[in-house]
Parts: sequence; structure tokens; C-alpha cells
Amino acid sequence: MSFLVLDKLTKAYGDLNAVSDVSLSVEKGEFVSLLGPSGCGKTTTLQMIAGFIDVTRGRISLDGKDLTHVRPNKRGLGVVFQSYALFPHMTVAQNVGFGLEMRGVGKAECAERIRETLALVRLDALAARYPRELSGGQRQRVAIARALVIKPPVLLLDEPMSNLDAKLREEMQFELRGIQRKVGTTTVMVTHDQSEALSISDRVVVMEAGRVTQVDSPYRAYERPENRFVSQFIGKANMLAGKVTEARHNEVHVDLGHDLTGIACIEAGTVWREGDTVTLCIRPEKLHLCAVGTGRLSATVTSRFFLGSQWLYRVDTAIGEVLVCSQNEGTEPVAEGATVGIDWHRDAVRVIQEASHG
Amino acid sequence: MASTIESAGPENSGALSKDRAPWHAFVPPWLMSLPAFILFAVLVLTPLAMTVVLTFYRFDPASGPIAAFQFGNYLEVLTDSYYQTIFARTFGIAILTTLLCVAIGAPEAYVLYRMRDPWRSMFLLVILAPLLVSVVVRAFGWSMLLNTGGIVNQFFGLFGLGPYKLEYTTFAIVIALVHVMLPFMVIPVWTSLQKLDPQVENAALSLMASPSTTLRRIVLPQIAPGILSGSLMVFGLSASAFAIPGLLGGRRLKVAATAVYDEFLGSLNWPLGATIAILLLIANLVIMITYYRVLERRYSRSLG
Repeated sequence: MSFLVLDKLTKAYGDLNAVSDVSLSVEKGEFVSLLGPSGCGKTTTLQMIAGFIDVTRGRISLDGKDLTHVRPNKRGLGVVFQSYALFPHMTVAQNVGFGLEMRGVGKAECAERIRETLALVRLDALAARYPRELSGGQRQRVAIARALVIKPPVLLLDEPMSNLDAKLREEMQFELRGIQRKVGTTTVMVTHDQSEALSISDRVVVMEAGRVTQVDSPYRAYERPENRFVSQFIGKANMLAGKVTEARHNEVHVDLGHDLTGIACIEAGTVWREGDTVTLCIRPEKLHLCAVGTGRLSATVTSRFFLGSQWLYRVDTAIGEVLVCSQNEGTEPVAEGATVGIDWHRDAVRVIQEASHG
Repeated sequence: MASTIESAGPENSGALSKDRAPWHAFVPPWLMSLPAFILFAVLVLTPLAMTVVLTFYRFDPASGPIAAFQFGNYLEVLTDSYYQTIFARTFGIAILTTLLCVAIGAPEAYVLYRMRDPWRSMFLLVILAPLLVSVVVRAFGWSMLLNTGGIVNQFFGLFGLGPYKLEYTTFAIVIALVHVMLPFMVIPVWTSLQKLDPQVENAALSLMASPSTTLRRIVLPQIAPGILSGSLMVFGLSASAFAIPGLLGGRRLKVAATAVYDEFLGSLNWPLGATIAILLLIANLVIMITYYRVLERRYSRSLG
């Protein structure tokens, strides 16, 4: 039995379903991210877990107990809000201690746990400050400390990093993951930032239009996206449409037009038929530029972008525009306007059924 | 060479003036605030100074005010129990009105804040509506409700009670003042509620605070600055209110403002009227500044 279970959770506003039939099982100690574009229902799902939004249909259970209609102040979950929602009229220590006080924890133990938790988020020196006297990153750590000090069974994070600048965000991601590992709290985080979700979670739940489209480990979600939405939302992807000409037990051959056949490996258990319309998905970093005449395709570089550690090329080919990403090796990059060949390893190609919501 | 030709060009002069500092950089701030200062000096400071001077005059019932420099008027107002009662009544009414406005206005603003839109705009309009009607009209309205044959007494009459004397009482003055002053309490509290993080109540709930604890420990302290500024406005306006105490208090239930009116226009004792007015102003200032200082100090660091 999983620790936190969402069973066909649905939230309807009038005729509109903000969240439809979301089912998810979270193991104890796991870090799960709900990932999706804005308006996909991820925050609504989190708010239902926290109890701030009523559930229309479905069930939430925690450690075997039904939580669906328990009031938010009886759930005892830790919540970190996007705006942090610190209490501005209380000092850092009072903010962190509020939850303990509400649970009737004794004064001495209270002080000890506040000190301990502030040390965990490295804010021990600022206990007497007011929130408005802190920087954004410090406020966020107060919010995390306030949620963790009560030792909640589940920690809910609502876009915790979105108000931080890029550099600080990266630091906080490492730190958050470190804290979560150390404390071992089961964590559900909502984010629209795919790199954040990939880097710190054990599993990502990709949501689109109120539904879960894929639940997988970050690596598998990236390498084996199950549909067009996931492949394009997580990372960049070249999508090549074609028809299956030959289906074998471990690979399919896809006619991409222009006398080009793409071969994709398939996983055991998936069945493709000849004549199926499919999409081949290939990540830009898995394409290589090579000398003219070699490779599987010939192409012209239309523009290039320097990303620091990488070069991103837009190249024009017979089957349309393709993105190619190559490591910055410290050598001169390919010039714009140059004619090149493109090659790839056959294992790098994924085949995706032309999905209904393509 | 080229630059001299260019700078003579018409488009270039436009570019140049952009580089130059704007005109107001050359005018000293005191000169810019001069028009407002002149207006203030002519319309406020001069009459105030004249009133202060008047307080030192001597009053002779036969010939009117005589120029002098003596403190007899102050001594009279401060020692005569008649005036002491008037001042006590004035500030008693102001304090009671302020307390009632806090008790009604703060929850009212919070309810308004929790409402959703078509209703919220509608009720905000209802709350502001008293400001659209003249104070005198409203005072007469209350007078019609409260007088011996008024609707309220007719209602009591249905149960065989009354009639009660409701008009020309402190009660009538306070009720009408609360009605007039309520918007001045609701608006600042409403403004400070707008600054509240919408998630802050949820944050408290998630920490297992009950809804009432959340209201008391989290919301109330954050709207305290709004209640503070609302109280200052309500207190100041109530203490110096004239029309409502004048119309609903009748001839005998005097407050400071109506006493001033009577001295000026009834007894024609201008120096005494001026003295009451100045003492009212000073008392009002002292009370408001003290109140502000005491509460402001508590919130300046956390809530700014």
C-alpha cells in the first residue's frame, strides 16, 4: 500500500474539469513532481491534497486513512506556497514556531526544534529578523523551515522556486533535494519548470489539460516519452511524421517521405502495424553534424545559437527544419549557411503513435 | 565642423533637449511648492492665527471683543464645570463612535474582502453610499426615525412599549455618527486587506490553526495599521463634528463644536468661542499623535 494515494481525483468548476481522474501513488520518502504548463491542473491537484479546494469526485488517502473530506487544519501537512505566505508581523523564529504552538508543543521543545530546523536551512543567524528584512532566497528557506518543523507526513511545494532568479533557483534546487534526503519527508512538488522537475525528483507526473499523461522517472520520461506532449514539454525534440512500412518484433521502419526511412527501436509489448501513422521523436543532442555526403540526411545550417556548453543549430533538410545540439568542444562551430550531413544512432529514435491530442 | 552644422538642424535640437536635464531640475523645490504654500497660508494659517489672537481678547457684553493679552478665557473654559462637561461629552462620544466603528467596520471590511465580484462591488457601493448624501439630510433622516412619533417608537408601540425619548440623546448622536463615519473605517481596513497575501490564511490553516485562531493571530495583526488610520480619521472627525450633534443633540446636549457655534453666533462672545475651538484642536492633536505614536511603533518594523 502506497503512502499517499490519489484515486481518480476530479475537480469540476461548472462544466469545466480543472482536474480529471488523476490517480497517483506516492511511496514513503519519495519526491514526486507534478509537471505541466500553466492551467494544466497541477496546482489544483496540490490544493486538493492540502485541503484548500474541495474534491468533486475521487479519493485522497494518506497512510491508509481517508483524507478526502478532512478540513485543511486537521490534515497536518506541510505546505510551501509560491508566494511563501510568511506571516509578516512575526519574526523568523515566530513564523517557524507557529505550527508547533498550534500543536501545543511545550516551550522548551519548541525553542529546540525551531533552532534545529533553522540550522537545517542555514538561517540560525536570522531568527530575530522579520520577513521583510530577508532576501527572496532566505524567505523561501523560512517557508521550508516552517513547513518542515512540524515533521509533516507529506510536504507539499507549490512552485517553490518560481520567484527566485536563475542562479539562486539552481542552488535552492540542490539544497531542497539535500534537505529532503536528510529529513526523508514524502514530498509532492508542483512546477512548470521541466529542468527543475527532472533534476530533483524521483518521479515526474506530466500533466496536460487536467489529466496525467505520463508518470515516470525523470530519465525515462526524457528518454522514452510516451506521447507527443511529453516529448515536447520535457526537453526539445524533433518530431518527424511518417507511416509504418515494416513492423518487426523489436523495431519499426517508418517512411518519412523523400525516400527516407527512419528505423526506431520499440519496447517489448508494444505492437505497431504497417500503415499506422506515427511520429518519430529524436532529441537534438542525439543528432550529429557530419561531412557533406555522409550521414543519413543532407542539410543546410540556417542559424546557430551559442548556449555556453553547447551549440544549437537550426538546419534545413528535405523533411523540414531540424534542431541539432552539439557539445561546445572548444573548436570552431559550423558556420551558418554551410552544407552538412546529419547522422544519428538508430537507438536514439523513439516512435510515438500520432496521439489524439497531437 | 560637422557637429556645428548638425546642431543647427531642427531635429537635432530636439535630441539635445532630451540630453539636457528637465526644467524642474533647475527650480528649487521650495519655489515649486510656493503656490500650494500660499494657498495654505491664506486659507488655513491666517484664519488660525487670527483665531489664536482672538483667544487673548477680553469680552465686554456691551461693546464686544476688546483687544487685550490675557488668559482669562482659557481659565474660564478650563475651570468651569459647564465647559468641562462639554469636553468630556465630546470626547466620550468620539471614543464611543470610534470603538463602534472598529467593531462594525473591521468585520464588515473582512466580509467584503471574502466576497466574490458582482457582490463585492455592490456592497462596497452600499458602504460608500452614506458619503453621497448630505450630512444634514442624514441627520434629519435619523431624527425622523428616532423622534417620539417616529418609526422606531411606533415599532416599540406594537409591543406596548415606549414611547422612549431617543432623539436629543447621546445615543442618537452616536448612532448617527457611526453611520456617517463607517466608510472612513471600512476603506483603510479594506486597503490593508488588499495587501494581505491571499495564501497567508491557508498557510496558517495548514499549520493546524483553527479558522478563528487564523483570524485573530494572522489576519487581525496585519490589518491593525488600517484599523489605526481608520480610528484616527473617525475620532478626529467625530470630535469636531458639528451638524449631527447640532441637529440630533438639540439645544441642550452640546458638544465642543456646537458650543463654539453658540458662543460665536448666540452670545457673540467671540474670544470665548475661539478659546474653545483652539482647545478642541489642541486636545484632538494631542490624543491623535499619542495614539499614533504608541501603535505605530509596534508595527513599523514588521509591516512597514
